[in-house]
Amino acid sequence: MAFKKLINNKILSLFSVLMLSGTSMVMAADATTAAAPGSDSAPSVWPGVSYYVLLFLVVCFAVGIIGKILQVYDLTLKLQRKKGIKWNNIMGALCLAFLIVGLAGVYWSFSVQGSMILPEAASLHGKTIDSMFWTTFGITVVVFIGTQILLFSFAFVYRSSDKRKAYYLPHNNTIEKIWTVAPAIVLTVLVIFGFFTWRSITNTVDAKGEPASINIDLTGHQFAWEVRYPGKDGKLGMKNYKLVSGSNKVGVDFKDRNSLDDLNADTIVLPVNKSVRLNIIAQDVIHSVYMPNFRLQMNAVPGLPTFFKFTPTITTADMRNRLDKTDFEYHLYCNKICGGSHYNMQKIVRVVTEAEYQDWLSHQKPYLNDALRKELKMADATQPQQSGVQNRLAFNN
Amino acid sequence: MSTLAVHDHHGVEHHDQDHGHHHKESFISKYVFSMDHKMIAKQFLITGIIMAVIAMLLSILFRIQLAYPDKAFPFLETILGRFAPGGRLDPNFYLSLVTIHGTIMVFFVLTAGLSGTFSNLLIPFQIGARDMASPFMNMVSYWMFFTASVIMLASFFVQKGPAGGGWTIYPPLSALPKAMPGSAEGMTLWLISMVLFVASQLMGGINYVSTVLNMRTKGMDLWKMPLTIWAFFLTAILGILAFPVLVAGVVLLVFDRSFGTSFYLSEIVVQGQVMNFEGGSPILFQHLFWFLGHPEVYIVIMPAMGISSEIMSVNSRKPIFGYHAMVYSLIGITVLSFIVWGHHMFVTGMNPFLGGVFMITTLIIAVPSAVKTFNWLATLWRGNIRFTPAMLFAIGLVSFFISGGITGIFLGNAALDINLHDTYFVVAHFHLVMGSAAICGMLAGVYHWFPKMFGRMMDEKLGYLHFWLTFIGAYLVFFPMHFMGLDGVPRRYYAFTEIESLKQWLSVNTFITWAAIMSALAQVAFLFNFFYSIFFGKKATQNPWNSTTLEWTTPVERIHGNWPGEIPTVYRWPYDYSKPGAEEDFILQTTPYSQTMTSNLPHDFEDNPIGLGQYNDWLKTQPVKEEVK
Repeated sequence: MAFKKLINNKILSLFSVLMLSGTSMVMAADATTAAAPGSDSAPSVWPGVSYYVLLFLVVCFAVGIIGKILQVYDLTLKLQRKKGIKWNNIMGALCLAFLIVGLAGVYWSFSVQGSMILPEAASLHGKTIDSMFWTTFGITVVVFIGTQILLFSFAFVYRSSDKRKAYYLPHNNTIEKIWTVAPAIVLTVLVIFGFFTWRSITNTVDAKGEPASINIDLTGHQFAWEVRYPGKDGKLGMKNYKLVSGSNKVGVDFKDRNSLDDLNADTIVLPVNKSVRLNIIAQDVIHSVYMPNFRLQMNAVPGLPTFFKFTPTITTADMRNRLDKTDFEYHLYCNKICGGSHYNMQKIVRVVTEAEYQDWLSHQKPYLNDALRKELKMADATQPQQSGVQNRLAFNN
Repeated sequence: MSTLAVHDHHGVEHHDQDHGHHHKESFISKYVFSMDHKMIAKQFLITGIIMAVIAMLLSILFRIQLAYPDKAFPFLETILGRFAPGGRLDPNFYLSLVTIHGTIMVFFVLTAGLSGTFSNLLIPFQIGARDMASPFMNMVSYWMFFTASVIMLASFFVQKGPAGGGWTIYPPLSALPKAMPGSAEGMTLWLISMVLFVASQLMGGINYVSTVLNMRTKGMDLWKMPLTIWAFFLTAILGILAFPVLVAGVVLLVFDRSFGTSFYLSEIVVQGQVMNFEGGSPILFQHLFWFLGHPEVYIVIMPAMGISSEIMSVNSRKPIFGYHAMVYSLIGITVLSFIVWGHHMFVTGMNPFLGGVFMITTLIIAVPSAVKTFNWLATLWRGNIRFTPAMLFAIGLVSFFISGGITGIFLGNAALDINLHDTYFVVAHFHLVMGSAAICGMLAGVYHWFPKMFGRMMDEKLGYLHFWLTFIGAYLVFFPMHFMGLDGVPRRYYAFTEIESLKQWLSVNTFITWAAIMSALAQVAFLFNFFYSIFFGKKATQNPWNSTTLEWTTPVERIHGNWPGEIPTVYRWPYDYSKPGAEEDFILQTTPYSQTMTSNLPHDFEDNPIGLGQYNDWLKTQPVKEEVK
């Protein structure tokens, strides 16, 4: 049917013009960046706003003209004592077309973009999260596809017709009970599994007989993470935010003897298959420790210490082999809006073998470096002279 | 005020005369400080549309940044000045754009624009009242909203730009002016604007509830109210109970910002400077915020659901399936929505056990939502569907609600939320389930009740074009975002080029931006259609959609007091479409059963023994009919 084509053309042409303008814009921008890579002062040129405004006006005119043509066509049909354009049927057909194209698009999206998502979980609890995810995915995708098919096929099949009358069906208690109880059962199952998974992940007490987790201290501030490892004693020293200074970035309290051998690190290096407990806090605003590959996230909140216990299971080298990406790295992102450079508050996380870990650890510098020692006049530090609130460390010690 | 008495007097005594003759209204009292619910509805709608356009343009600005993070666009500097030096958005201004986009869309468009418009328009119309319970308060409500809008937009003109801490304005970021430019004067304006906004919502809400409870016409018992009214009524209750908590949270934040208290602040060192705050809790704010914030998403979606239920029933020419179930599920959602707020806070440091409890309540709320969806599908089944633009948008709502609702099952699961929290998966989820779905509901309402607002019809063809471009565009924008979220792409990131593993999404971002631009341009079709039709649209008839509800018994001229004569009495529920035995495929709510003997069913007389007796007597005189039944 001719008018059907027209409709399609209208939308298609609009779409193609938009796409065309998009690509031309990209190409124009590309061309300029390619032309002037050396001169950093020259800004990349852009076709200009007026060009696109004009383009859009042209499209508007086209839509208007097509609209008029359709109107005239409709009138001529009516003059010939026929019914006008059957918009209702067209819309019904478009619903069906949307359903088919949409499902194809969903399939395409699942297969193409779906293959770009995170690789397998690199932590023990991550595997349970993943299996939970795929179970939920299976159930919901069936419901999603099923209900969308019903919705749009009903729209198409039951489009209005003079020959039919709608079926007067105010309610049907049986079927309503079924579709109240069915989702309730499915959700109960998901809730139960989810609840126990969640409890097992957040249960942070080391089990009896289990070797103690490695404690790592993570402090977020605008816009970086500070990492502190315990020294040989395996214990992190206490902190006090009032002790924070240029050289004592996280405010370690050196009156606590455990802090004397603490190590300062600039990457997070973790031994594989060892339980790790991240002790998380923020200094200024809320940040969030997000390591998607380990399925790990916990906010860093000023004044409220939080933690996350997990066991990495795949080394970075191993993951590189599996993904066939030589430059793959695990990352820690900040995932709570924290200011202008929020998007660039990242840290590399490396999972290594136990031997590599020990080797790395032995090369880390102590948190208590010479500058800090000098500042604290370390000889006196062992015999505290005053107690009470100490705002200015350098003077009081 | 004796407004009501005056109205009644008019209605009864002068029903054949021109009302304008008696009410010599000045321009100011008719169009500006109007106390007429229809005019206030239009004021809300047009303000809402303007705010929506602004928020949409903001989103296009930051979408350009996301698609082309490394390119300079000189025109951005032309229009934004210092916020886009060298034609590239400033990172802090990017966050401000995101913040104000979210705030305007959630509060000013989908709360005030949606509830404000349709509650005001439809509550008196559909329950048979001459106006709101308190027209004066209604007027104040609009003007407070208007002031709040102006203040919110004014924040673009302060030195350091508008609020930038995200629409959830979590302290300490929002509490420390030093932490980012967006936490300076812009945040103060944000807070003032929101306090006014909440005051406006409360006045509106109290009005809606009291009108629905007290001013229903004769015969209009609660179970004869259309689902729109049920939805507006329950939404208003939600708003009245939840919004004051936001004010409490906001006022404490103002204290922390300006008077040195530590409600939300503790142990803070900002830019190397140790602050004096002690003992506060940033989590407290999150509790207060989400205690409103979660009911808020239902405040947004429930009116849209009510509108769509009504429109789908009218245009399927079929009663809404399971009217009682629809009402009970609305009530269920209303009640449950107060005890699910913690699911926004699974990984914020809240006690994990509490997280487990919130997860259970959250997944329970999916049940009434599922029931509603199935009931909509059953309403379409074996209908006789008339595709008006309103109907298409109502179908669009159902589609978006399914697509977005289903991902809620992932996010409501605390274990899965660990990895999805604050990623693009969340962005995709709520933009579909409350953004796109609620906007669809709102647009459906505009197309459907346009004749009741302006006495003219909107152009259907442009409506079709508008629908398909918007609907397809929204899916193209938000569907790919799920996969970004599953790849662990955090939201509110200014540029993905800094991080190697996120670079793969750049092409997808470019695609999303162009889809967003396409759907934004499609709104021009709507805006043109809307404003053109106000003045030049085809004149509407009294009941253009052959609908059963009361508003279509009012004259096209939209007089003050709504009905020229007595307010009609209601005899039946609002969904008698295509009833077997009836002459037409709809029976007005004002038609008594005595006039529709051929179509009456025993079910119609469930709580009316006298009527049932008469009906049985009548049946005895019609032996043939009885056999058929």
